[in-house]
Amino acid sequence: MSIYQEHILEHYHNPCNNKILDNATNSESATNSTCGDKIRIDIILNNNIISDVSFSGEGCAISQATASMLTEKIKGEHIDVLKKMTKDDILSLLGITLSHTRLKCALLSLEVAQKSILN
Amino acid sequence: MIIDKIKKDFQIFKNNPNLIYLDSAATSLTPDLVVDTMNDYYYNYNANISRGVYKLSEIATDKYEQAREKVAKFIGASSSQIIFTSGTTASINTIAFGLMRKISKDSKIAITASEHHSNFVPWQRLVSKDRLSIIKLNKNGYIDLEDFKEKITSKTSLLTISHVSNVLGTINPIKKLVNIAKQINPEIIVIVDGAQSTPHMSIDIQDLDCDFFVFSAHKMCGPTGVGVIYGKKELLEQLTPMFSGGNMTDKVSFTETTFTQIPQKLEAGTPNIAGVIGLGAAVEYLKNIGLDNIKTHEAELLLYTQQKLYKTFGNDIIIFGPSNIKDRSGVLSFTFKNYHPHDIASILDSYSNICVRAGNHCAMPLHTNVLCVVATTRISFYIYNTEYDVDKLIEGLKEVKKILK
Ligand SMILES: Cc1ncc(COP(=O)(O)O)c(C=O)c1O
Repeated sequence: MSIYQEHILEHYHNPCNNKILDNATNSESATNSTCGDKIRIDIILNNNIISDVSFSGEGCAISQATASMLTEKIKGEHIDVLKKMTKDDILSLLGITLSHTRLKCALLSLEVAQKSILN
Repeated sequence: MIIDKIKKDFQIFKNNPNLIYLDSAATSLTPDLVVDTMNDYYYNYNANISRGVYKLSEIATDKYEQAREKVAKFIGASSSQIIFTSGTTASINTIAFGLMRKISKDSKIAITASEHHSNFVPWQRLVSKDRLSIIKLNKNGYIDLEDFKEKITSKTSLLTISHVSNVLGTINPIKKLVNIAKQINPEIIVIVDGAQSTPHMSIDIQDLDCDFFVFSAHKMCGPTGVGVIYGKKELLEQLTPMFSGGNMTDKVSFTETTFTQIPQKLEAGTPNIAGVIGLGAAVEYLKNIGLDNIKTHEAELLLYTQQKLYKTFGNDIIIFGPSNIKDRSGVLSFTFKNYHPHDIASILDSYSNICVRAGNHCAMPLHTNVLCVVATTRISFYIYNTEYDVDKLIEGLKEVKKILK
């Protein structure tokens, strides 16, 4: 099965929450050094509720689509939902299996989002 | 060159009938002859070298030393000038470590902007950043000669440079550069990274006249885990061995150890015996095909690819490096619209079984500071590639465009 499924391409071509939040309470960014993917996540926290979240940066279809899906998933949720998310949650959002190299692309946005709420 | 016949030399094509392999710059495929030669060691004369006085060990030692002779001849050196390592990376680190004491504190190291991390990081680690002079490239991927002459001064103790860039494919005019560098500073030591040239063109080390030349077996039909250092004798003798231990000593006592002669002095421990013998078989294999034939074949493929890419995709494709085919080897890096190279490579693989490389190809400073892109897609050719592979690539790229829009 190709990893370029319809729903993934849809998120890639028309990403959700793809912007910068100027009034973010939490922000974090990181790069994937093997291919240069860059992701920044902005979050607005209100009493531990993610009232808004966005992503920006550049990268491959997998990293961009995952970031889009992830932000859609956690918007409006308690931060514990984000804290508890794992690799398997990302893979079930995507609905595909990924090779070792491409897994890094998919996990980048989760890593960045989780790091942003550490403090 | 009859490619259909050559393809039959590689079991991997039988086992993967639709394989389109366009990543030989990363590692080449291995002909059955080389695999069989290595198996022969394990099946028939598996023994350590230079130690046993029994027959098997003598056979193994002879074959190992014959491989050294074959490799020496292959580049026009004498066998005592050939040191076996585990690869180009190990070769460069061995030289960097070995020269550490010889490089004076106020001297500089010159290096080009297009080096592979293997020929960059060991030097960056050796000296402070104000002592590392980076020679510029011009827009078309050639070394900027004016900058070269400026960066090399009487204080430059060492110049290290790739023969062929693994990203741009540029063939650097080593002989001329060595000449200019030695005119400026007759004491300068010139190291040439031949990882991407040795597999693809005939090397005459006397003609290049560099002081060290290094390469990897696995990019030239040999196995992984074997590399070579060629060095001028007096310099090899001056290298401080990075590894010490068995096989490289003369006299060992509780208070003092003396080392043996080169090449053994720089080959401590049990080497990759089967691998070295495999490299010997690989150079014979390449010699039989003919290095000039290989070069011509790749140049033809490169021209064909360049024309096809531009004709099919026009301005959507940007190819990096010299546009004049005679100045480049069979490596071609490009960007395609704003598609990420990882997506291009994944789609080519999953839809068309085409192997290409995506990323910065271990040349991050080159991508960031010279090409100004985060990543490129790279295709690279070898003896088993044909125009059919290129046609498939073009079809595959059309598919990429259909999917990513
Ligand atoms: C120009 C160049 N130098 C050095 C290397 C490193 O070779 P190895 O990984 O075999 O040590 C490579 C291969 O990737 C290369 O292309």
